[in-house]
Amino acid sequence: MIALNAFEKLATPSEASAVNCLALHAQGLSRRYGKHWAVKNVDICLPQRQVLGFLGPNGAGKTTTLQMLTGNLAPHSGSVSLCGVDLIRAPQKAKSHLGYLPEIAPLYKELRVTEYLRWVARLHRIPRALEAHAIDQALERCKLTTVSTTLIAHLSKGFQQRVGIAQAIIHEPDVIILDEPTVGLDPNQIRDIRTLIRELGQTHSLIISTHLLSEVEAVCDAVLIMHQGDMVFNDTLERFNQNALNPCYRLVRFEKIPPFTELPQGLPFKTLYCVAPHLFYVSFLEAIEPQTHFTQWALESGLGPIHLYPEIKTLEALFSALTPPPPEPRVSP
Amino acid sequence: MILTIASKDFKAFFNSPLAWVLLCFIQLIESFNFLKHLDEFLQLQPQFIQMTNPPGATVWVAVPALTTTAALFLFVVPLLAMRLIAEERAHHTLCLLTSAPIRLTDIVLGKFLALIGFLLIALALVALMPLSLFANTPLDYPFLACLLLGLALLAAAFSALCLYASSLTKTPIIAAISSLGGLFLLLLFGDHLSERPNPDSLGWLSNLIQVFSPVKNFEVLHQGLLDSYAVVCLLLLTIFFLILTIRTLESQRLKG
Repeated sequence: MIALNAFEKLATPSEASAVNCLALHAQGLSRRYGKHWAVKNVDICLPQRQVLGFLGPNGAGKTTTLQMLTGNLAPHSGSVSLCGVDLIRAPQKAKSHLGYLPEIAPLYKELRVTEYLRWVARLHRIPRALEAHAIDQALERCKLTTVSTTLIAHLSKGFQQRVGIAQAIIHEPDVIILDEPTVGLDPNQIRDIRTLIRELGQTHSLIISTHLLSEVEAVCDAVLIMHQGDMVFNDTLERFNQNALNPCYRLVRFEKIPPFTELPQGLPFKTLYCVAPHLFYVSFLEAIEPQTHFTQWALESGLGPIHLYPEIKTLEALFSALTPPPPEPRVSP
Repeated sequence: MILTIASKDFKAFFNSPLAWVLLCFIQLIESFNFLKHLDEFLQLQPQFIQMTNPPGATVWVAVPALTTTAALFLFVVPLLAMRLIAEERAHHTLCLLTSAPIRLTDIVLGKFLALIGFLLIALALVALMPLSLFANTPLDYPFLACLLLGLALLAAAFSALCLYASSLTKTPIIAAISSLGGLFLLLLFGDHLSERPNPDSLGWLSNLIQVFSPVKNFEVLHQGLLDSYAVVCLLLLTIFFLILTIRTLESQRLKG
């Protein structure tokens, strides 16, 4: 019955139309702690059935952003809508579309797995008649059937993490947000959870925050990189991989945000698209060293200095190029 | 939804030995107290017979026995309430409630109901002792009802204050100590008021102090006087602390 509901949601005609079909849409999210801006002007668009990998070094603002997306933290500016429902204006309705696993799984260790899931089911207002079915399905999906009557406190870390995921998916939400779901697990458990995430990605929209680049490559459709509170990259993995294979495609960073999203015609290069406010993919006609041309043009057009990244072939290279460590404080001799 | 949360927290009380130990000691202390007063009452019977209008078992046994419960609540409520929100925060489970489609008001009211439910059970068990006398001696039921209502309202006011203390911290023991401190402050507050030669001269301030002295208001009901002013004052104090608790949880979302 629940599965049927989910199916009906997918089949609605409004699916095809504009913003409403986005599973999650965040605009201009900003949040500061004191004077320090933890998150600055982040936009996120998550289409239906997409798995978005959320990357960034420690302290980049990932968890803060996820807390804002789930209504646990109020943004200083910006808006979030889940399946077209505004999170600030109609928090309860918006949250009913959401399943969230925070960094530390919110488990009541004194409860048994089934008891815990039953309580979560009630929190999410799953009708009593469907409760048993929903619990069974969550147990089965997260491979918890064998431990369903065990106290959560007695489970291993990997199993506890699965209970955390079961909690986030039991009500078949449209958007599932998992904050570092594979931290502290052994390789076999990581593989299991990745399989589960891939399965979920076929029917739900997911955001997965992680430090593991291999995880993003394994399960995600799109990648978003944050650095020091800024969104520095946001693109699908498919396009990233295509561009990485083509030596003519390069990433260019403008110091000032350019007033356009497409470069003018008639130049020995053309823009492809914008992947972050400052960052563009530019395709050059030849794989020559085009630096002088391009820099000159940018300066002449009043766009200010630019930074042309060297060829980036892997996600790892992209990550380290976009998230440079802060300069070491100089020690005077 | 309020009941869903209340039932979970109510069951959680009984999952830990704390609730059982507290129930056990309340019952032990109260039964000792009850038997002591009953014994005195029986010994004084020969003298009572000579009186034209002798005091009954209600005034002599039931009231003093039940009144001790009010003093016990001073210690029991902080111990029970300390975990309600503080521990959820310490174990990172509060997030589960705040990201579920429920209002903060529902969370706070659910927890409050669980606590008050437990205290009412304790009160009912205690009340059974004086009520067991009904077969042997006439009891003044309206008087007893008024006293029990006073105790229940006092328990509600205490619970709301202790729940608020629990919402301020993530260490249960700090919550317990601050609720104990808060309860004693309210107690002193009420005493101070009654010691003033002319409390009426304070005007609206005296009304405010009256709201914040739950024990004074309880004493009115304790005398068998169903004073609507005292009842309203106790209810206002309860609502005041419940609203503070909701505001605290809300400000956590705003301030992070």
